[in-house]
Amino acid sequence: MDLTPLAKAMDGAGTVREATDADAVDGAPAGAVVRPRTVEAVSAVLREASARGLAVVPRGAGTALDWGAPPERVDVLLETGGLDAVVEHEAGDLVVVVQAGLPLSRLAETVAGAGQELVADVPRERVERGATVGGALATAPSGPRRLLRGGLRDLVLGATVVRADGTVASSGGKVVKNVAGYDLAKLVTGAFGTLGVVVRAAFRLHPLPAERGFVSVAGALPDVAAAARSVVASQLAPAAVELDRPAGSDDATCVVLIEGTPAAVPVRQAEAWAMLGGSPAEEPAWWGRLPSADGDVLLKVTATLPGVARVLEAARAAEQVHGVGITVRGSAGGVLWASLPADDPAAVAGVVADLRRAAPGPADGTVTVLRAPRAVREAVDVWGPVPGLDLMRRVKEQFDPDRTLSPGRFVGGI
Amino acid sequence: MSGLQRVTTELLARLGERQVVTDRQELRTYECDGLAHYKVVPGLVVLARSASDVQAVVRACARHGVPFVARGSGTGLSGGALPHAEGVLVVLSQMREILDVDVEAQRAVVEPGVINLQLTRVTTPHGYYYAPDPSSQQVCSIGGNVAENSGGAHCLKYGFTTNHVTGLDLVTPDGDLVTLGGKAPEPPGYDLLGALVGSEGTLGVATRVTVRLTRLPQEVRTLLAAFASTDDAGAATSAIIGAGIVPAAIEMMDALAIEAAEEAVHCGYPRDAGAVLVVELDGHAADVEGEFDEVVRLVEANGAREVRVAADDAERALIWKGRKSAFAAVGRISPDYIVQDGVIPRTALPAVLRAIADLSSDKGVRVANVFHAGDGNLHPLVLFDGSVQGEAERAEEVSGAILDLCISSGGSITGEHGVGSDKAKYMPRMFTDDDLDTMQLVRCAFDPGGISNPGKVFPTPRLCGERPGRRQGEHPLQKAGLAEVF
Repeated sequence: MDLTPLAKAMDGAGTVREATDADAVDGAPAGAVVRPRTVEAVSAVLREASARGLAVVPRGAGTALDWGAPPERVDVLLETGGLDAVVEHEAGDLVVVVQAGLPLSRLAETVAGAGQELVADVPRERVERGATVGGALATAPSGPRRLLRGGLRDLVLGATVVRADGTVASSGGKVVKNVAGYDLAKLVTGAFGTLGVVVRAAFRLHPLPAERGFVSVAGALPDVAAAARSVVASQLAPAAVELDRPAGSDDATCVVLIEGTPAAVPVRQAEAWAMLGGSPAEEPAWWGRLPSADGDVLLKVTATLPGVARVLEAARAAEQVHGVGITVRGSAGGVLWASLPADDPAAVAGVVADLRRAAPGPADGTVTVLRAPRAVREAVDVWGPVPGLDLMRRVKEQFDPDRTLSPGRFVGGI
Repeated sequence: MSGLQRVTTELLARLGERQVVTDRQELRTYECDGLAHYKVVPGLVVLARSASDVQAVVRACARHGVPFVARGSGTGLSGGALPHAEGVLVVLSQMREILDVDVEAQRAVVEPGVINLQLTRVTTPHGYYYAPDPSSQQVCSIGGNVAENSGGAHCLKYGFTTNHVTGLDLVTPDGDLVTLGGKAPEPPGYDLLGALVGSEGTLGVATRVTVRLTRLPQEVRTLLAAFASTDDAGAATSAIIGAGIVPAAIEMMDALAIEAAEEAVHCGYPRDAGAVLVVELDGHAADVEGEFDEVVRLVEANGAREVRVAADDAERALIWKGRKSAFAAVGRISPDYIVQDGVIPRTALPAVLRAIADLSSDKGVRVANVFHAGDGNLHPLVLFDGSVQGEAERAEEVSGAILDLCISSGGSITGEHGVGSDKAKYMPRMFTDDDLDTMQLVRCAFDPGGISNPGKVFPTPRLCGERPGRRQGEHPLQKAGLAEVF
């Protein structure tokens, strides 16, 4: 591929090289790899690429490029790592503005200095591998403390994106309260890079808790699920209530996280263990981590609060029917992960179908195949039913009519 | 026959005269929302009773290229529900059934006309409430809250409408009925709910809303602290936030606002204070006790001359009464006033307040300040006497200059009242042409014909000469004893 036009477009504000095998995105080979250092250079690359009909896939640290569907083409891999500045952190406002290529770990270090944090709870294995702000926004994974603080979409205050045609557009702002204009930051959150390349975002921060305490209870699935629900329904205001059910087990563990003042946490912890019949605990090794190893199939399962128990039961039943072990872990608030071996595509398809049946309909719970080898993807409906898909296609059509950005990566082949 | 006449004929045939209003006098009662100086008599009013009624209206409008505007309780403060003279006003206030209170799932499913506070009343016996609490919550509808992404005094800790809506049934501007989300979180695909909430009725009409129910806190503590100046009160606010405390609410009033409130409701605020803070903490009792002591210490360390702690619900209500009556109370000390709604980063508060004071003295226009200090949402009340030549113009100038201050300090032109008809002209001061163009791509995806609440949010030539929110005396809702604070 001729790299000259891309290099010329960036006008010195970025680098370009031929892609190697290591740059392939989930099996789709890449052409060129560009690494712009300025928003203008991102814009110029996109303008150039769309004029030439090249497909562009953004990449942060690449920790979740195998999430979602693989892109149909990767003519240009656009690395955001050259845009990694902390633009602004005004501690008194509990707001941080950063560029999208900034690793989450550096964001955390920066704001921790002022006793603050972004309560994003991106899977720790991704953060440890350098996951970026942009990658987190694109994939919007939920973590334990979604229960109290919401997801990334609830914490993002504004975003600047570069559209497929190179247009740079901002929405929202850097104040917590703001209703001026459409909230495009939410629209691009979880969009897998199909609407624009996020180059900058502002987030609401929270004070780091002065004290944390865990309470754990283990036992038979229905009992533990019921215990988790009683804590969620209590006035304890837990920061997180996580469930972990190892493959092949009739048992599960519920771990409650209490955050608060040093004087109050032990009191609330005592209440929690009285309620659960459990015991005070340390943070479990699996806390904030996905239940899967590389190569496994990773599912995202959502449910209503009472539906969480049904998901756990359905996983156990599906194991017996399809002869595969399924690990389920996640929030009693209704966003869970499930993991199973990838070697039998028909079994995976059967498990996914059974788990989908655990919810009466998509409004009460969904199952999406986030990560799976191609053979499995071909055997299963990875996104499941997507209400509103027609509207989503129309949004994509407006933002990126030529399908320049991450084509095929999202729901309905968007 | 005009498009509107065709729509009228079709809807009369389908829905009948009881739901289709054509009488000029009756149409006139819908000519404005809570921002009463914008008035347009709607071409037609339809009182919808079901989603299929709404679909019928929207389909007829789509067929004939006629604009429609959805209206809930009509309490909005930005003219978002201002009717269209050649269009249909779809009134949703008869769709006010709470369809499902699912305590187990911590969700409620409601029709759009359900009154915000009604949902809290119904769920409180179960130990839950609906957290977004706009000040008009006794009368405003949840559908309207969805349109405006309404906040309230307690959204500092609990978030806005957008953080509490998990599902919507939407009649799209084509007339299709689409269900998005539901009781489970995080539906797959684009976050259309995130785009819809706060889109001010420009992307369709919500006919059913699924919302999160929040567990009632175990403990609530409230205090009133009086300071010599807004600088001191601002420093106390910063100290509280700096200590890592996230209060349920921190509200501030300056001397002029205190004077007005005292005049109106005799809430017993210290009259000689330069500023008061109302601070409320809620949560688990063990946390609240400790943090409340810390808040008392911090306000005293920052110069509070007097600290009153509410001993019970009655005393808490009295503290809130002064704050909640502030807007309407201003009507007691000024014949006319403009309610402004701007946002600044909290750390810019002292500088912006000084700049507002300078503006006020330069122009000879009094400004009373009432605001959500925790999140930097200012509600300056610009006072004037419309019967005195030139005063209205000066007041509008000051009001606009305050918005410019908000923008230049990195804030926003609206924190909770919305853009509507009133502030569309200010949007280009906050956003570039490319920003606004990109937002309108979403509009084009949902409403290519531009028939869903046209002329709102985005500046268009159709709405020229608009003026900031001017109101005379008491707000009509306050007057009717329906609402206290905005």
